[in-house]
Amino acid sequence: MSVPKDYRFTESHEWLKTEEENVVTIGITEWAVEKLGDIVSVDLPRVGDEVEKGEAIGLVDSQKASSEVFAPVSGVVIEVNEILNDDLNVLMSDPYEEGWLVRIEVEDQEQIDELMTADDYEELLGKLEDEEA
Amino acid sequence: MSHHEDLRRTALYEEHVRLGGKMVPFAGFWMPVQFEGIAREHQRVRQAVGLFDVSHMGEVVFRGPRAREVVQRLTTNDVGSVAPGKAVYTPVCLPHGGIVDDMIFYKVSDTEWFVCVNASNREKDVRWFLEQARGDCEVLDLSDDYSQIAVQGPKAPELLSRIFGSGVSQMKPFTFVKTAWRGVEVLLATTGYTGERGGEVYVPHRIASDLWRELLDQGRDLDVAPIGLGARDSLRLEMKYCLYGNDIDETTTPLEANLAWTVKLQKGDFIGRDALVRQQEEGLKRLLVSFVVEGKGIPRHGYAIRAGGAEVGHVTSGTLSPTLGVPVGLGYVARPHDAPGSVISIDAKGIREFPARVQAALLEKR
Repeated sequence: MSVPKDYRFTESHEWLKTEEENVVTIGITEWAVEKLGDIVSVDLPRVGDEVEKGEAIGLVDSQKASSEVFAPVSGVVIEVNEILNDDLNVLMSDPYEEGWLVRIEVEDQEQIDELMTADDYEELLGKLEDEEA
Repeated sequence: MSHHEDLRRTALYEEHVRLGGKMVPFAGFWMPVQFEGIAREHQRVRQAVGLFDVSHMGEVVFRGPRAREVVQRLTTNDVGSVAPGKAVYTPVCLPHGGIVDDMIFYKVSDTEWFVCVNASNREKDVRWFLEQARGDCEVLDLSDDYSQIAVQGPKAPELLSRIFGSGVSQMKPFTFVKTAWRGVEVLLATTGYTGERGGEVYVPHRIASDLWRELLDQGRDLDVAPIGLGARDSLRLEMKYCLYGNDIDETTTPLEANLAWTVKLQKGDFIGRDALVRQQEEGLKRLLVSFVVEGKGIPRHGYAIRAGGAEVGHVTSGTLSPTLGVPVGLGYVARPHDAPGSVISIDAKGIREFPARVQAALLEKR
């Protein structure tokens, strides 16, 4: 499973993409989406919410499981993906682009550098796949 | 997750893989969680017929002149007085009333009971049975000898009668017969865990895959297909059937779990009786209820239940009901919030709270 090279990742399968200075987009990875299966509802924070790195800020429900979305960095929510109110298919079909979850204005750029690179994350996925085999 | 090499395979493992089953670890076995998709499998069982591999379940036999005393001592329901050929669902309790496991007792004769126990509790159950039997009868763990196939759905009686003879569709619910298939003895019971008609067939491993294929073959025009554990869970949940480890365990009693109908105080003494009598006299403080979510949000095991701002209980099971199209759940709530119509709210780990309404049943009796 290939992952976007310019994104950053968490061990809990969120991704982060830097849009411009201090603004990042956050979503969940293709691996997370596939694990969940048919996604039936998504809960996101509201614009203006302050979030702490590591805090559960959202919830993705599938038929078989519910998974929390953890903030990869601290900051303020400046936008949420309204498309997901009407169409959850974009999250399943395009988790890295159209299926993004929230945009955050970041407090501390260093928190981004602490996240996994694409290579690190691919390595993690490799390990998880080996465990399953 | 990394000790997968210890997992066992049922006799039907190869069949599941061949049919596209998504295999996951469950209770020490590789089991199929889904085939074509949980919602579609679920509907197939409600509308046609589905096959479940439930070979992970344990089988135990009690046998001997004093077996009746032993099984009556162990169970809360009256598994002893029924006629041979009857199946009885019952909890087995600890002295304090907590549930060791829930299971089905099949009365073979006045001196023999065949019992199906939960896979995850098999070893604990057998230890408890042996300890409580005190040598008064044989207790045989035959789990390694049996495969079990459940055939469930409105068209299940038709399918079963094609294989085992037309008498099957005349069998009453919760009865069983020992019959033969291709010269091999099988136990055929009209029991199940879906709320639909049909049965469960206990067979030796060596004929399990032949019977599985024969059921798929003979049921083709009935729309039969294999069903995974995912739909098994949503089917039982819609019927409000308890799942051990989720809805009931050693900290819950049958009375709290809405299983008062399985507690037969008049049958004489049994383990847990005093505690249950006491609990009934003192009045129940909490009860297992079913509820329907109003809006979106799927209740999950462990979520808090609130009412009027205060925590009044917790969710034990939840899913998006494929039949109703809305999220539903089971959970314990303090009285009086157990009353049908009570408005509660489900707290999803503090991330979100969504409203729900207590409902006496989720689906009508099938």
